[in-house]
Amino acid sequence: MPEYKLLIVEDSPTMRQLIIFALKRLRNIKFTEADDGVDGLKKLSQDIYNLIITDINMPVMDGLKLVSLIRKDALHKDIPVVIITTEGGKEDRERAITLGANAYLTKPIQAPQVLKVVKELLKIE
Amino acid sequence: MKEEKEEEILKDKKKNIEEETALFARVEEFLQVFRKNAEFTQDVLKENEKLRFKVVQLEGEVSRLKDILNSHDPNAELRKKINELEQGISQMLDKFRQVEDENRTFAQRYIEIEEENNNLANLYIASYQLHSTLDFKDVLQIIMEIIINLIGAEEFGILLLDEKAKDLRAVSAEGIERDIFPAFKLGSGIIGNVAQSGESYFKDKIPDIIKLDFHNPLVCIPLKIKDKIIGVIVVYKLLQQKKAFTSLDNELFTLLAGHAATAIFSSKLYSESERKLTTIQSFIDLLAK
Repeated sequence: MPEYKLLIVEDSPTMRQLIIFALKRLRNIKFTEADDGVDGLKKLSQDIYNLIITDINMPVMDGLKLVSLIRKDALHKDIPVVIITTEGGKEDRERAITLGANAYLTKPIQAPQVLKVVKELLKIE
Repeated sequence: MKEEKEEEILKDKKKNIEEETALFARVEEFLQVFRKNAEFTQDVLKENEKLRFKVVQLEGEVSRLKDILNSHDPNAELRKKINELEQGISQMLDKFRQVEDENRTFAQRYIEIEEENNNLANLYIASYQLHSTLDFKDVLQIIMEIIINLIGAEEFGILLLDEKAKDLRAVSAEGIERDIFPAFKLGSGIIGNVAQSGESYFKDKIPDIIKLDFHNPLVCIPLKIKDKIIGVIVVYKLLQQKKAFTSLDNELFTLLAGHAATAIFSSKLYSESERKLTTIQSFIDLLAK
């Protein structure tokens, strides 16, 4: 069974813990946490990830900027990105998808919902 | 004449003898035929007896074959087999229905347990985070994170009770400038009453459009350490995708009422003790010089 590497970019430790809890039942997943967009880019430069989960509203660099930079990067442009945010507006969703996000979930999150999206993107049965 | 008579008599006798001889011959012939017939009849009787014996034998054989045929009737066997199979199928169907019912119950139970599990995880993570620090600002930040990320509130504030002034003042807020929060008198209005009674307040119906009214929150939760109230959490607006409160929200509010209060109180005490320790240390250092 292949090992999956997930990068969680979220300024709230509580949210990071919740996301990790939601995905812990998937075996062979290694989680890496980042506090904001810049930290996320730093972690991306150190490893190759199978999926990125990011918040939008974060200090230093927001999630949308991070997504656009990832999509411009030759090495990481194909990594699926899931956005988990408080922004529930239609325009926010469309903007994120246009920038290259693969899925858009709003807070408060439901663990089964996160699990389903990640399984679909990683093509896990 | 006499001679003629004698000759005639002789002739008659001779004729009689000839006739008798012929009769004997005929009798003999008849006897032979009769004997032959008798022999034939005996043969026929013997044959008849043999045939009767054969018939009895055959009848017995037929009867035996019938029995065999009856005992090996493929239709009877099949009918028996079909009956058995039908009974088996009926039992299997009953069992299948039972299993199906059980499966449905288990599936429903699984969903409930899954939801309960997620709720407990949320509560555990919230509780764990609340008690992960003794820094007052960090504690406030964690409470804010829980209210935003786990409950889904957009505009809210954390108010602490000023024991001397007997009023509640905002120490942290989200979606609203903290400085524009008014002070809420203890025992006055919704917020003041919650702080005095210790009873949570939930608005009956969440309106579609909410205009900020500081004295009319959606939710007001007292922060309690046993019976001592140290403040309240007031929620004015939920995130646009959050349409109603769930059972988990109630659990989280209950958790916040107790654990957030303890975390705030502990961190305040710790900060004060740290400050005092620094002061005492400075004083000792001064004396030592």
